[in-house]
Parts: sequence; C-alpha cells; structure tokens
Amino acid sequence: MRLGARDTTGFRRFELNMTPMIDVCFQLLIFFMLTLKVFATEGDFDIKMPLAAISEGTPKEIENPPIIVRMKADSRGRLAEILLTEKPLKSFQELREEIKQLCTGRDTTTLEVELDCDYVLRYEYVMEAITHVSGYVDQNGNIVKLIEKIKFKPARGGPVE
Amino acid sequence: MKLFRHHVASETCNPDMTPMIDVTFQLIIFFMLTLNFVTEDQSERIKLPESELAKPPEAPWESPIILQLTDAKPPTVIVGGDEVGLGLIKGILQREKQRLQELGRSAAKATVIIRADRQAHTGTVQKLIKECQDLGFERFVLRAREKYTPVSQRT
Repeated sequence: MRLGARDTTGFRRFELNMTPMIDVCFQLLIFFMLTLKVFATEGDFDIKMPLAAISEGTPKEIENPPIIVRMKADSRGRLAEILLTEKPLKSFQELREEIKQLCTGRDTTTLEVELDCDYVLRYEYVMEAITHVSGYVDQNGNIVKLIEKIKFKPARGGPVE
Repeated sequence: MKLFRHHVASETCNPDMTPMIDVTFQLIIFFMLTLNFVTEDQSERIKLPESELAKPPEAPWESPIILQLTDAKPPTVIVGGDEVGLGLIKGILQREKQRLQELGRSAAKATVIIRADRQAHTGTVQKLIKECQDLGFERFVLRAREKYTPVSQRT
C-alpha cells in the first residue's frame, strides 16, 4: 500500500488497498450462495372438517347430499379404483369432466364433495382428487373453480403392519 | 560504479475494480434477502404432493399451526422443529391450545396447516385431523407444492 506518494502534480495520492475487502465480499458471497435454499411455491387447500354439531329435534332435509368420491387402494397404497357415487371412473381427468357436468348450471357453493378413501391409500392420490374436483387451469392459465367444499369420510380399514 | 543504467520498462496495471465491487455487493444483497433461515416449518423430509391449483394464500392464515406428517413407519409428526410420534401429538396440541387461550384466541379460529408427505397413508392424515378436532381445532388446510401445467394440458 502506498500512502502519501506524490503524483506528477505534486499532490499526495492515497491508494486504499481493496484486496481484503474484496476477499471478504467474495467470502460473504460464497457463504450466501451455499446457504441459499430454493423452496418451491406452496399452496393450500381449505377443507371442511367441522365438529359434529349437537342438534335437537328432527334433522333438516339435506338440499344437496354430498357427492361421494370413493377411492380404493391396493395393498401397497396405490390407487386401484375411483368411483363417483358408485360409477367407476378410469382416471382423475374423467372425474373432473363428471364434476364439471355436475356443476353446469348450478350454484357450486351449495355442492360438496366427500372423499371416501381406504386407510392405506397414499396421500398424493387424495391431493390429486382434491385438485380435480376443486377446479382446473383454463387455456389462459386462470384457475376456474368447481367445488370448494371438501370433506372426508372416516377412512376404511386400518394400517397394514 | 555503474556505467550503464538499465531502464526496466515497468507498467503498473490498475484495473478499475468499481464495477466488480458493485456487482458483488448487489449479489450479496440479493442472497441476503432471499436467505431463508426459518426452515423448521418446511422440513426437507416432507415430499409434498403436487397440485396445479396450489397457490399461496392471499392473506396469512389466522394463528397457524404447522403439522408436518412424515411417511415414517410408525408415522411421526414434525412440529416446531421437534419430531414426535402420532400418539404424542395430543400433548403438543394441548400446549398450543393453552398458548392460544392465553393470547385471547380460541382453538376453533386457529388454522391447522397440514404438510403431509405424499407417501403417507390417507388414514394417518385423517387420524391427525381427528386428534386436532378432539381438542377443538376446526379449521384445516392441506398444503401442496405448486405444479406448472403446460399449455397443451390445460382444459
């Protein structure tokens, strides 16, 4: 480091040694780069799980009974069968088409889906079913909502040891 | 005595460091701002299921409690950085409920966010929800990872 060196005009020129600062900066940069964790965007699905209300007298007549989506699992937890109110479906895409038809011309806020699943069914299939009944992404990338009220029936069977 | 004096042509090269330092500082600031220290609520062990409809909530949830269900056998729940068996979750939820009551809030208005592993059993997820319901929690959200839908697959 040269402090106080005279230049051609006779003024003293102070040259700061930048090397340590650059070293520290690069170390900081490497630290932050290595500790960076990129998380994928996460979203939430609201599900309806109210406590059983104690009602008195005769129960009110249900206007729209819930649409039952039954999902059966094989012994390894993979999806074996989907039934929409007893009607077998080939895929989740077909489930969405059926739900779309059910929603046509109706107030979707009055509709409700009840998921009836086997205990061992992998959770990813449940999320797939929730996705397909609750909406879809149209050609413009906008979300079109179908049925948002989703609830669960108690799981069938029990854990496989 | 030196008869001849050799003039060594010495050229000092002083590159302008300013742009490089500018860029370095900008990079440091970027990484500092994107740094996420709070990772206990987003355990890397949980492989979330994907959904094309999963979008971040528009407003933050009221009194959120994040429960992360693993696919371990027997299943465990990660809550506040601690991993406990499903059987012990009731005690933790009871403490959460007491904490909410001390803050003048009710369990019914709190939101239980469930981050369950995609391989977890559906029955286990429902069991976890049931444990929460038994203590008066009513509002539940299921968390999923956002999945991009290609234009060709859009309906």
